[in-house]
Amino acid sequence: MDFGAGDTVTRALRGVDLDVAPGELLMLVGPSGCGKTTLVSIVAGTLLPTSGELSVLGCDLVAMDPRQRVRFRRENVGFIFQSYNLLPALTAVENAAVPLIIAGWSRRRALPVAADLLERLGLGARLRSLPSELSGGQQQRVAIARALVHRPRLLICDEPTSALDADNGRVTMELISTIALGPDRAVIVVTHDQRVYGYADRMATMEDGRLVSIEDGARRRSAAAEET
Amino acid sequence: MLWIAWKMLVGNRAKYLGIVFGVAFAALLIAQQSSIFCGLMALTVSQILDVEGAGIWVMDPKVKFVDDVKPMADSDVYRVRGVPGVDWAVRFYKGIARARLEAGDYEQVILLGLDDATLVGAPIDVVEGSIGDLRSPDAVIMDVVGYRRLWPGEPFVKGRSIEMNDRRAVIVGLARARKTFQSFPVVYSRYSQAVRFAPPERKVLSFVLAEPAPGGDPAAVARRIEARTGLQALTRAEFNRKTIVYYLGHTGIPMNFAITVGLGFLVGTAIAGQTFYLFVVENIRQFGALKAMGTGNGTILLMIVAQALHVGLVGLGVGVGLAAFFGWSTQSLAKLSFYMPWQVLAITGAAVFLIVLLASLLAIRRVFVVDPAIVFRG
Repeated sequence: MDFGAGDTVTRALRGVDLDVAPGELLMLVGPSGCGKTTLVSIVAGTLLPTSGELSVLGCDLVAMDPRQRVRFRRENVGFIFQSYNLLPALTAVENAAVPLIIAGWSRRRALPVAADLLERLGLGARLRSLPSELSGGQQQRVAIARALVHRPRLLICDEPTSALDADNGRVTMELISTIALGPDRAVIVVTHDQRVYGYADRMATMEDGRLVSIEDGARRRSAAAEET
Repeated sequence: MLWIAWKMLVGNRAKYLGIVFGVAFAALLIAQQSSIFCGLMALTVSQILDVEGAGIWVMDPKVKFVDDVKPMADSDVYRVRGVPGVDWAVRFYKGIARARLEAGDYEQVILLGLDDATLVGAPIDVVEGSIGDLRSPDAVIMDVVGYRRLWPGEPFVKGRSIEMNDRRAVIVGLARARKTFQSFPVVYSRYSQAVRFAPPERKVLSFVLAEPAPGGDPAAVARRIEARTGLQALTRAEFNRKTIVYYLGHTGIPMNFAITVGLGFLVGTAIAGQTFYLFVVENIRQFGALKAMGTGNGTILLMIVAQALHVGLVGLGVGVGLAAFFGWSTQSLAKLSFYMPWQVLAITGAAVFLIVLLASLLAIRRVFVVDPAIVFRG
């Protein structure tokens, strides 16, 4: 994957070969500028590789036209961003309902579904609150609800805990690894936060645009230990 | 999605009001200045509009507008009466006279001389006295605004006199007349009397007012009068148009107003365009997030256009409303002319539409090129 042109070309990713299975929480770690964000942008279909193959949920994103890629994201991908990216003018429940509205649902139909999910995430009392009236942890829970409300098959979390304190970071990862993760859904978490490494099924480490190691994470190791 | 666009727009109260202010300011300036311009243009034809009952104006062929009086021979009225299709034709005098007041001051007045027998061209709304009083010796009727101008603060006194051309004129009534372009008082008199009040000239007939026979087409009869007499004959609407076109083409009025309207347009576009662009740039991450979540460029386009149209409509309503309020609140001021026909609303609406279109174009381009992956950059 290259950026720029001529003499200024920068190779962001090289030779990355990565599979993520349904029901798996893959954590993508590595130093800043190693290509983590570029990789998840490609997996999410928001960026196209300049070469190579890209199959996400069995779909060849490179072969799709822009409209098809937009539709693919709308139907299959949920996002949790580092800075939440909630719409400041919408209430918590309205923010959580956005993906359903993008998918063409009416507000009348979408808001109760979003409200149910927010209640499961412990925000039943803050449905009508604006993002500015919520703490960082609460905003991230709204973002989680927004990422899950349309039942995506792939959840991409970009530094979901980096703006949160330890307690809120732990709560967020608990929610991601329990409510978000399911047998039909894969979760990719990009993070620098070593406090949350324990929630990974697998850890993929990147350096200088390359995938240098993929190893089982703490969750998988403890699950394997329980089986034996 | 339009609902989300609307919430995004009104959610940022300061920016929203800033954009609406820009559009409203432009709409106010465009509508208000255009209405004053229309008011001025209406003044130029006020004396044509005030003459009710006559469908055709006949005049010297060289006359260019209503105040450009070129006297004709008195016998021309008979030539017009002789044209087939003319039901009746009467003399009409129009000129500027110098009136000497009781105190010795001189004032210029617009002197109108009505046909002695029929009084065609007489004012409709006589508020003091009656139109029949004009038949009295030396009798004249003055317009209300003119009377107030000559005798400010004084009540109407029947029998008050002025002198024109050393002849005594007795004011026997007051009538409402449309404001005139020159803003001189208007004095109505019988034709035979008016020509004595006016400075002596060999020919004195200003216009012949004619009416086609019942069922006749005024325009066709006017063409026939021209063909038979060699005079210029215009329907009321044609004479209005000719007068307005003259003022548009031979005075600096339209250019002056066009500059003000153009400045309003530019300032409105600059304020609204810049604020709208800043609003979109501030929300670029939100738009990026929406794109990442699967909102297509077509929907984004629709959202931005809807936002632009929303501020356009609100700004247009506020601006035109303020302009209308301005016109309503200043209608009692005799010196200010304000006329807001539907065409002013249409022009203002089109200008505002153009402003929001220009304002949204830059913003749309900015959002279109934004990479949805922007949301992954902290």
